[in-house]
Amino acid sequence: MENLRELYQEVILDHNKNPRNFRKMEKPDGFAHGTNPLCGDQIDVYLKLTDGIVEEISFDGHGCAICTSSASMMTLALKGKNEAEAKALFKSFHHALTDDAPHPEDVPLGKLKVLAGVKEYPVRVKCATLAWHTFDAALKKLQGDITTE
Amino acid sequence: MNNIAQYDVESIRADFPILGKEIHGKPLVYLDNAASSQHPVQVINAIKELYESGYSNIHRGVHQLSQDATKAYENGRASVRGFVNADCVHEIIFTRGTTESINLVAQSYARPRLRKGDEILITHMEHHSNIVPWQIVCEQTGAELKVVPISDKGELEMDRFAELLGERTKLVAVGHVSNALGTVNPVKEIIDQAHALGVPVLVDGAQAVPHIPVDVQALDCDFYAFSGHKIYGSSGIGVLYGKEKLLNEMPPYQGGGDMILSVSFEGTTYNTLPYKFEAGTPNIAGAIGLGAAIEYVQKIGLGAIAAHEHGLLEYATSKLKQIDGLRIIGEADQKAALVSFVLDTVHPHDIGTMLDAEGVAVRTGHHCAQPVMERFKVPATARASFAMYNTFKEIDVLAESIHKTIGMFA
Repeated sequence: MENLRELYQEVILDHNKNPRNFRKMEKPDGFAHGTNPLCGDQIDVYLKLTDGIVEEISFDGHGCAICTSSASMMTLALKGKNEAEAKALFKSFHHALTDDAPHPEDVPLGKLKVLAGVKEYPVRVKCATLAWHTFDAALKKLQGDITTE
Repeated sequence: MNNIAQYDVESIRADFPILGKEIHGKPLVYLDNAASSQHPVQVINAIKELYESGYSNIHRGVHQLSQDATKAYENGRASVRGFVNADCVHEIIFTRGTTESINLVAQSYARPRLRKGDEILITHMEHHSNIVPWQIVCEQTGAELKVVPISDKGELEMDRFAELLGERTKLVAVGHVSNALGTVNPVKEIIDQAHALGVPVLVDGAQAVPHIPVDVQALDCDFYAFSGHKIYGSSGIGVLYGKEKLLNEMPPYQGGGDMILSVSFEGTTYNTLPYKFEAGTPNIAGAIGLGAAIEYVQKIGLGAIAAHEHGLLEYATSKLKQIDGLRIIGEADQKAALVSFVLDTVHPHDIGTMLDAEGVAVRTGHHCAQPVMERFKVPATARASFAMYNTFKEIDVLAESIHKTIGMFA
């Protein structure tokens, strides 16, 4: 079990126990509901954008430690980013978890690097990326709303 | 007690090659039997022998191999008949599994009979495969699905069953043993009450046949469905038992080869039972393997297996109950060999990964029974399910691993 420390690092366990920005947001600009039917993880992501910049982001729901801590860290990483930066970060994060090939265009992951251990547990990659996919869906919905107006 | 004393679990384990495997450097502790059980050499060899020296298509050729394969396949059917004590061999239909068996009954029995306003009665603890086929047929016919609730202990509320069962009820479909809770349902009582109103009953026996002796004639059930891979056979083979009269009244489920007597463009004459429901080349090796699996179970004795597993269940229940922050989901008085549980501080998915590191294989998730999860207000559970080859020592490893898991997440 000790070798699982690579996966369940202290930072991850801490974010799991005390998730940051863990709350429902009143009147968000963007919102999406994400589920992982395999394990029953459910996450809602809420965001407020100002001039295309993530001004506020929060989440609630329930999930495993990997899912919860990844969502928590995502909210910290995305705050203040514009849409292009957010998408680039998601892409780079996804590469780090799934792909051995070098991607020169990838941006630095900063504190998110702690989740890279998930790569060794392919069935858990979905746990780590659920919040990101949900964020992406919220963003897309928002863009959809904007274009229909 | 004699049975337990004579029960030689080590010699049984020696028959299952995979049990000698190591996972992450630890001896495998396989406690995911409710998802799929492992295979004894007797089953592996039956399938190996078929492919090495007896394989051909069946019911087709006049050549020797085809005759041999046909005989072996039909011997599998005969083993199943004896195992569930069906009246005749042609009441045993080979399917891909419990799911296909239930879909067959939904489409071939229920669909032509159901009208708007009719009802199908199921229970809150059904596996998705005993919910969704009925939802589909309800959509097709305008019939309505009614659900018998369950208590906090995880038992059916039988007074509610009696209330819900009525003139509109055209079929009752109930699991014999719940895959998520372990509850053994009073199927005999359910069948008797339904029959008193002339309502036929389908029993989903996927979780029952490896653990409980089943006699379809004593139960008087109209349909009984189960899968090969939960009773030491391979995946992709399953069984539908149906009463001859009902099966004869039903149209074929699928069209194709083997289910016909003659085909012309003016019309087709369907084959007799059981072939009417076995369109296309079936899972020949699966049927032969299932026959071997049943013979193996019969050799050990289902009574002795049930007694051993009951001992494991009681031991595991008492061991797990001693763990702070652990809650067992499903505490019915009558339970089969599984324990579903949640921890206050660790999500089931993390429990699964942590236990795996100790070589312990459990299932985590909603167990294809999301209404059960919702009933007990949990997103998922971890489930340890036992088979004839599990040992008390393995349960010690499980408990120890749960302690370690809690420690790591503290």
